[in-house]
Amino acid sequence: MTSALRTVLAAGILAVGGGWYLTAPDRFDPSAVQGVPPDLALGETLFYAGGCVSCHSAPGAEGDAKLVLSGGQRFPSDFGTFIAPNISADPEEGIGEWTSTEFANALLKGTSPDGTHYYPVFPYTSYARMSVADAVSLHAYLQTLPTDATASAPHEVGFPFSIRRFLGGWKWFFATEGWIVSSELSDVQQRGRYLVEGPGHCGECHTARNALGGLDRGEWLAGAPSPDGKGRIPDITPGGLDWSEADIAEYLKSGFTPEYDSAGGEMAAVIENTSQLTDDDRAAIAAYLKAVPASR
Amino acid sequence: MRNAFKLACCGFAATLLAGTVLAQDKPNPAVSTRQNIMQLYAFNLGQLGAMAKEQVAYDADAASKAAGNLALLVQLDQSALWPQGTDNSAEPNTRALPDIWTNFDDVVVKGNALSDAVTAMQAAAGTDLASLQGAMGGVGGACGACHKAYRAPEN
Repeated sequence: MTSALRTVLAAGILAVGGGWYLTAPDRFDPSAVQGVPPDLALGETLFYAGGCVSCHSAPGAEGDAKLVLSGGQRFPSDFGTFIAPNISADPEEGIGEWTSTEFANALLKGTSPDGTHYYPVFPYTSYARMSVADAVSLHAYLQTLPTDATASAPHEVGFPFSIRRFLGGWKWFFATEGWIVSSELSDVQQRGRYLVEGPGHCGECHTARNALGGLDRGEWLAGAPSPDGKGRIPDITPGGLDWSEADIAEYLKSGFTPEYDSAGGEMAAVIENTSQLTDDDRAAIAAYLKAVPASR
Repeated sequence: MRNAFKLACCGFAATLLAGTVLAQDKPNPAVSTRQNIMQLYAFNLGQLGAMAKEQVAYDADAASKAAGNLALLVQLDQSALWPQGTDNSAEPNTRALPDIWTNFDDVVVKGNALSDAVTAMQAAAGTDLASLQGAMGGVGGACGACHKAYRAPEN
């Protein structure tokens, strides 16, 4: 074996090893989570700010039935069809047996209890902006909701997207930490930023993605093609939305547009969640949206 | 005999054609009337909403009148306004989904929910601004619940 070949082989092994290391699922040290006390009121706020029910309730569920997070809704995409899992507190089919550390790993790091990556259809890249205390509180709140023993269906995702290890690379490229809008903000705008960029995960739909599904941060909240192929998700920066802050806050409360039409499509489900927030939180979201750089 | 048959065929085809042309040229007036009723809702909600958003000063009398109009609109008998064949697959100017006709019981449930929300608004509108603001969410939720289920997305 020539030394050149040896060098190439060594470099190859290093690259594979490095890739394996870089794509390894990240987890919290349990000591960073276990002692954190849950706050159920905070958990309830985050439950609605985070919109858990919009994806995890059973297909077509309405009213109180939406609080049964048995999963089953289907989400078609360019990468395959994802099916929301059961996250009710059922010990077998849901997440009833999870520790708070396992829940924090899932919510904030996109890592499952058995150490695999979740697909980013679960918006952990936004939820990562929440704190460990937030995760612990949301976990405690979810445990107060009704349980259901419906089994979760596997995602219908083909090769190569079926190899979850690749998601480690995806996270490395696209799941960057920190706030998107980093300009000077008032306290109210900062509260809005936390709600929009964190639990509210508004950017997951309202920001365009590249071919690999990473968000185009340069066009933050500037609208995107609808994943179902029909129409566009609107631009909600000041470049695309001229509603007043009061208009935005009222829309998030009652679903009424300034013309007194009501919210349609997926946004109708979002309003069902934002209507449960406080007036202050809705006003904070509106204040933040006015501080987002206008689309070009 | 053959000519008579040909004539009958032509007549039948012409009738079909005329039916199609008629359907395209003359939209069913039920559709535009439904939309006009929605405009009446929107206008009166706008009166209440402008106060709720504090864009205009709260006026108990004006708020009561707007809420009263909503209560009248809820009571309109719309049974003749939703004939078969006026969904969005048959009429180009409507977003009304065919499910309205197949899930009619649920449409009635949602209509009753709107009626309840409007009754609550009627009680709240003339009381004070905070009550009015509190009642907006209920009305909006009732509107949205039906639109979410039975109205096609705007495109």
